[in-house]
Amino acid sequence: MSTQSQFFSQLKKYYTFYTGGFIAFVIVLAILEQMGLPPNWIGYVFLAATIMLYAGIGIMSKTADVSEYYVAGRRVPALFNGMATGADWMSAASFIGMAGTLYLSGFDGLAFIMGWTGGYVLVALFLAPYLRKFGQFTIPDFLGSRYGGNLPRTIGVVAAIICSFTYVVAQIYGVGIITARLTGLEFQIGVFVGLAGILVCSFLGGMRAVTWTQVAQYIILIIAYMIPVVWLSVSHTGNPIPQIAYGQVLKEVTAQEKEMNDPTTTRGAAEASVRAIFKERQLAAEDKIKALEAAIAAGSADTIVGEARAALDAELVTLKAAAEPDTQKIEAKEKEIAELTGPDVLMAKLKKAADGAKKSAGPVAAHATPFSGKGAEKKLLTTNPNATAAEIAAAKAEDEEASNVKRRNFIALVLCLMVGTASLPHILMRYYTTPSVREARKSVFWSLFFIFLLYFTAPALAVLVKNVVYADLVGSSFAALPAWVANWAAVDPTLMKIADLNKDGLVQLAEITIGGDLIVLATPEIAGLPYVISGMVAAGGLAAALSTADGLLLTIANALSHDVYYKMIDPKASTVRRLAISKGLLLVVALLAAYTASLKPGDILFLVGAAFSLAASAFFPALVLGVFWKRANYLGAVVGMLAGLAVCMYYMYTTYDFFGGVAANEWFAIKPIAAGVFGMPAGFLGVIIGSLISRAPSTEIQQLVDHVRYPNLESDIKAQTT
Amino acid sequence: MQLSERHQEYWRKNLRLTAVLLAIWFVVTFIVIYFARELNEIVIFGFPFAFYMGAQGSLIIYVLIIWFYAHRMNQLDKEFGVHEGDEE
Repeated sequence: MSTQSQFFSQLKKYYTFYTGGFIAFVIVLAILEQMGLPPNWIGYVFLAATIMLYAGIGIMSKTADVSEYYVAGRRVPALFNGMATGADWMSAASFIGMAGTLYLSGFDGLAFIMGWTGGYVLVALFLAPYLRKFGQFTIPDFLGSRYGGNLPRTIGVVAAIICSFTYVVAQIYGVGIITARLTGLEFQIGVFVGLAGILVCSFLGGMRAVTWTQVAQYIILIIAYMIPVVWLSVSHTGNPIPQIAYGQVLKEVTAQEKEMNDPTTTRGAAEASVRAIFKERQLAAEDKIKALEAAIAAGSADTIVGEARAALDAELVTLKAAAEPDTQKIEAKEKEIAELTGPDVLMAKLKKAADGAKKSAGPVAAHATPFSGKGAEKKLLTTNPNATAAEIAAAKAEDEEASNVKRRNFIALVLCLMVGTASLPHILMRYYTTPSVREARKSVFWSLFFIFLLYFTAPALAVLVKNVVYADLVGSSFAALPAWVANWAAVDPTLMKIADLNKDGLVQLAEITIGGDLIVLATPEIAGLPYVISGMVAAGGLAAALSTADGLLLTIANALSHDVYYKMIDPKASTVRRLAISKGLLLVVALLAAYTASLKPGDILFLVGAAFSLAASAFFPALVLGVFWKRANYLGAVVGMLAGLAVCMYYMYTTYDFFGGVAANEWFAIKPIAAGVFGMPAGFLGVIIGSLISRAPSTEIQQLVDHVRYPNLESDIKAQTT
Repeated sequence: MQLSERHQEYWRKNLRLTAVLLAIWFVVTFIVIYFARELNEIVIFGFPFAFYMGAQGSLIIYVLIIWFYAHRMNQLDKEFGVHEGDEE
């Protein structure tokens, strides 16, 4: 038996033992819960135990060897590299947010499911085996060697840092939220506790520690995700395989959607009465907007703002005068009054209210229907039964146009997410760590397989929960709400808000507002599982966020220490010095990211999406053409990467409101999150034109391309022995 | 070094395989999405077809594409004598 296969069977033994240990740990906690251990103690135990575990793996894997530190010694077997990539890949957004997105947007949310899995096909076909054969330490390394000169490498470093930093801020933010929820600590403290969990591991052992911790984290996160879903499926459908069971459930959901949209049925009539209330609210808000606009034009907006403030003051007085004053509500109201500084704020508030009411006033969206139109035809026929054929045709055309725009955006988003997946440095880096090209290819298969397990469960979970809400919650009495509804409405109104608007004592769908994150977090309670499982789900979310943050931080620190410091500033630096610099930078970047996250920047989800578009535009053309087109050269790479980045950033800047852009600037009505769809062609064109107008690359570089294309060439033997 | 005819054939075969698999990837992703409204009329395993593909079918095909590529390329490496040493 070779040493590598010995190593593999040893690893298998360790991790099997570890998985058993984790399950035993959960069972012990469950018994303790039955004996009366309070929930927040369970939270503390989970937090402390998992972070200590990761720290333990980190300490055991500490290393001072450069190859161990950067690429885990290049001996991670395909299967384990697949698990590590899975954990590296699946972030807090995948673990907690994905099922929620699918719950809220139905078919249109599947763009994320397809995009974040299909990208691995591109990784497998175009990048992983070739990068492994190239066999250096970072992605900018490849750009630097393939295209020569420092400029391609520098652009690579800058792009890698932009993508990874926005992404890591989102992860640390997620860590803060989960820690706060698990233990009741404050968000800011949660951020720094989580940061400690990230650092103990990556700081000591670099890629080696991160790899073995990520394998451990994958095991926790997949168990934590699956158990509640399987249980929910068994208790509600009798089938233990949710991915099969939900076909039937989806049919029931679709039937109920139809019923609730049909005002001639009892349920439909009740829904319609609530929608009418929202319609009134929408019209009232729109009237106020018009009045405010007129007042702004006439220069008398201050009176209206004053009136609004007076109304809020009056509400505050009522809140304070209540028999049992609710401090939370009073604080929120005080904040609202303090923030009402001028007509702009009031206008934004009114617009939000009008949009929210308009949404609730609309019919239930069908879960399985792709790209639903605006409903203009239906609206026309209800408001004006005698509409002429021409009017109907116009409404139909309007619907179709709206539907086509949605389809176009779906396609653009899927493309950006896929190509972005195949361009994010922290993922590509993982394929440097396998022992051979052969293993790298297999490893992409294992990566996607392990990711697939979670991603094909998320749509099932969304439908199962939707069925619970439609069948069990809607129509139940406000006097006897299910326990999980009452709990979550009390804990966090942004996740669950429910109020009897039409005063019939029964719950209607339009009276419930659900935040996406609720779906995964509340599933254990909906399925009737004990609190210990809720704790486990939070620990799973934490594992997802920590593992991704680890990989990203390492990417940033390595780009700075290896590519900038070692390759460009001081190529003669000693090993000790290189690792010291890398660790120092890791600490600085981590603190900076934690600080940014603790400020709670808005639009985090947009920034994550933007990272994909940016990576796709900057890296993909130069990386792929670098392998598949020998003629690609220095100038091509520089022009291509800059053009891709520039077009992508320009598009986001002019269309996204966060940067002061407006939707009117959009090209083909493509949303700014999919800006990469314009950046990528610009990148490809840039590489091609730039290469063709300058000299073909040198023979050495052409030989490097051959070297990368063949897993083993005779000329490699010389290189291997050195 | 100068690449032999065999080496070039290996690379051509690789490119052909890559192109075929990429075409499958393209069809199960983009063609399916483009015709999603029409495809949803078909029911498969109790699911509307386009929904099924987006939530499960295409994903399974992605996994299979990657498995097949790894399997076939590792075979080709041996056939053309460009495989790596010792490891099984």
